[in-house]
Amino acid sequence: MTQEYRVLLEHADKINPESAADYIQVGGYKGLEKAHSMNPRDLTDEVKKSGLRGRGGAGFNAGMKWSFVPQYPETKYVVCNFDEGEPGTYKDRIICQKNAQALLEGMAICGHAIGSNNGYIYCRGEYPFVVEMLKNAIGNAKESGALGEFNIEVRMGAGAYVCGEETALIESIEGHRGEPRFKPPFPGVEGLWRMPTVVNNVETFACLPYIMTNGADWFAGIGAKSYPGTKVLTLTGDIENPTYFEVPTDYLLRDVIYELGGGVKGGKKLKAVQVGGTSGAFIPPQNLDTPIDFDSMGAIGAALGSGAVFVMDESRDIVDIINRIAKFFEHESCGQCTPCREGTFRCKEIMERINTGRGSLKDIENLKVLARIMQKASLCGLGQAAPIPITSTLEHFEYEYLRKLV
Amino acid sequence: MDIKLTIDGKEIEVPQGTMLLEACRKAGADIPTFCYDPDLKLAGSCRMCVVQPKGWRNLVASCVTPAQNGMVIETESPDVVEARKVVLELMLARHKLTCHTCEKDGECNLQDYCYRYGVTESRFAGKVHNLFKDDSNPFIERDYDKCVMCTRCVRACEEITGARAINVMDRGHHAHIATAYDGNLEDSPCVFCGQCIMVCPVGALTSKIAAGQGKPAQNDKVLTTCTYCGTGCTLELNVKNDKIVGVTSNRDAEWSPVNRGALCVKGRFGWDFVNSPERLTTPLIKENGEFRPASWDEALDLAAEKIKGIKEKYGPDSLSMFSSARVTNEENYLAQKLMRAAIGSNNVDHCARL
Amino acid sequence: MANYMDIIAGCKDKPGGIIEAYHAIQKEYNYIPEEALKEAAKAFKLSEAQAFGVATFYSYLSVKKRGKYIIRMCESAPCHVAGADEVLKAMEAYLGIKVGETTPDNKFTLELSECVGQCQATPVVTINSEPVFNVKPEMVPGILAGYK
Repeated sequence: MTQEYRVLLEHADKINPESAADYIQVGGYKGLEKAHSMNPRDLTDEVKKSGLRGRGGAGFNAGMKWSFVPQYPETKYVVCNFDEGEPGTYKDRIICQKNAQALLEGMAICGHAIGSNNGYIYCRGEYPFVVEMLKNAIGNAKESGALGEFNIEVRMGAGAYVCGEETALIESIEGHRGEPRFKPPFPGVEGLWRMPTVVNNVETFACLPYIMTNGADWFAGIGAKSYPGTKVLTLTGDIENPTYFEVPTDYLLRDVIYELGGGVKGGKKLKAVQVGGTSGAFIPPQNLDTPIDFDSMGAIGAALGSGAVFVMDESRDIVDIINRIAKFFEHESCGQCTPCREGTFRCKEIMERINTGRGSLKDIENLKVLARIMQKASLCGLGQAAPIPITSTLEHFEYEYLRKLV
Repeated sequence: MDIKLTIDGKEIEVPQGTMLLEACRKAGADIPTFCYDPDLKLAGSCRMCVVQPKGWRNLVASCVTPAQNGMVIETESPDVVEARKVVLELMLARHKLTCHTCEKDGECNLQDYCYRYGVTESRFAGKVHNLFKDDSNPFIERDYDKCVMCTRCVRACEEITGARAINVMDRGHHAHIATAYDGNLEDSPCVFCGQCIMVCPVGALTSKIAAGQGKPAQNDKVLTTCTYCGTGCTLELNVKNDKIVGVTSNRDAEWSPVNRGALCVKGRFGWDFVNSPERLTTPLIKENGEFRPASWDEALDLAAEKIKGIKEKYGPDSLSMFSSARVTNEENYLAQKLMRAAIGSNNVDHCARL
Repeated sequence: MANYMDIIAGCKDKPGGIIEAYHAIQKEYNYIPEEALKEAAKAFKLSEAQAFGVATFYSYLSVKKRGKYIIRMCESAPCHVAGADEVLKAMEAYLGIKVGETTPDNKFTLELSECVGQCQATPVVTINSEPVFNVKPEMVPGILAGYK
């Protein structure tokens, strides 16, 4: 299999993403129409049956997430997580810039399922031009009547990776410091302004119109059984074609790099590939024949995450890259919990020491201890995932560390 | 509805909604905490209170994790102990270790837990930020080189006092407690109630007024009622060699039912008058423009005689009584009674009515 | 230039809209002036310390005065391996300032940023949020000369 399979991006660059009419012409808003013809419980069941799992990284069954939302409260919220901050990731931007109306339609479908007409899109502060575009797209859809009663407001982040964590995102919409909440309660029960809230990723919402139009079985039949559908990937680093692709989820990582990606840049050998963004594990070449779906990646100690694929050739200095990644987490920790606030800082300190030839075996031991406790005891996913690049490279590339020690 | 769970091998029952911390303590486990404070909103952030639920991938912060039916919890498993030690070492790595001169020495959570878990030094020692705040106010010492970022001071300032003078500024390892624009407390809405000192689990916030006169942990504690106003707050006087050297909070609802330890600037910092050489200890009578000490009998007789004289000459309504919020209800009752029954005037007023 | 009072008044009815207000203020002033922050605190019923806490949490918001053009060099891993360090050095040399500083003529402020989501063309620099792609050290003078 060497082909892309485009569902969300089928009409990319052929339609005006701001125009509801354009979108309707290629079959858009039929899914919402069908959703409106169903009762909310059947709709949720249909989404559950499709097997759609969150595309933001956690991979939770979308329909299941919706089913936790209680019926009774009058005010509920549908929130779109468009804070993609994982370095090397820009797939949500692409989906919006190519097919914004599908996102809006998907949010409205979710709104019908949980009984809400209040939508928010939280877009990262790095994309002010996409915010403008989305506002136009929403205006256009509202004017055309396609969204019905469903309202969407766009809010812009301001440079905080941690706001990709759903409860930090909610805090940020509320105008607070983007510090994650402890869970439970989960947003489905107590989210935005303490009301029930569904938070899903851009890509997750954008799948919904196609699931509704073509049926749950159709979607469940695409790609990997346990994580069906397509996934938009973004290729970065030492790759011939540094661009985005939409592939079925049973696509092999090797094919992503060597078929679609055109291979390692300059015909060099591959040293490692990091999938899922900067919090992902470093995958050695021997594991390339793994499908990209959530569970297959998990089985090799990696994660599909956001779908970023960062390729490093044989000349790359793993320790230097990890040092850089450690600095990223030190910069992005919110500072609330001790393991993450202090741990990311000390990880960076130790990595700098090793990277500049001043590290010792003791440093590596301490790094391992720190990584273990950050993973086990941090408050949110940021602190828990921050050490993964370190632990995975200590597992597969320990010699790169050792040769840099004093 | 009660739920059953097992904690360190002991089966216990707790009401639904009970947090694990409470359940563990009920089962006799001693759970260390920094950010937890029963009078404040939960933070769940210091991660010192982590425990291990059997079959779970990660440890959980017991202060914010509801107990679930059938849970099997270990509170001192090797993983829990390792996590707590690392948390302590991470705190220690940025902590100004001057325990010998620290006001909190002897009742500091960081010190106590390091002792308990045998943490003598930090494997993660490295750069420290210089966060000591040279704040010229006369009351509160702000040494953030000792801060563990539990944010209890921020929460107490908002939730108990309502001043909202401080908050966390910046983020990550650079995050620290600050007023707007990281200024001095005097330029903020701070009312110097010192609730932040009361809740600080370490020596980051201490009283400048009491500094150097005796470590609170070593002082005798005497409970009394504050005389500044009619609220009736309980004060915990710190006494050394029969002298008052400080005021701390007793937060026990039984001993401090009115204020639960919360005080205002006067109660917490305004006790130096007690030992002042200028303090009046006998009544004074003015004669020929000079005060001379007198006995109570002499002073009261003189006052009664003068009042009587005025009443006879000008009538009872020429007299009025102005009473004080600083005396008790009973005393205020007696004051108006004296005015109405003995003197015959309804001219009674009180400073709290102003 | 719009007055910050008007800007804040325009956002005041959005629940939790203080970050939106900060964005709008920065659009005019390139940072959040102290009086504007204090006004925003009032409008959103926060204390000044709380409003300050929010402003200092987000890396795109600044409470310190900045230049007319804010240059942000992405240093996340994909840009790092593509040579972000060299581009940064070239920036510092050309502008005569270090990261975090502003040129004496208040024209440029140089900052570091994490991923800006334009990884198809690394290394990436943004100037007032407009991305510039595939930047090489030798391109720096030409790029910056375009900003008057």
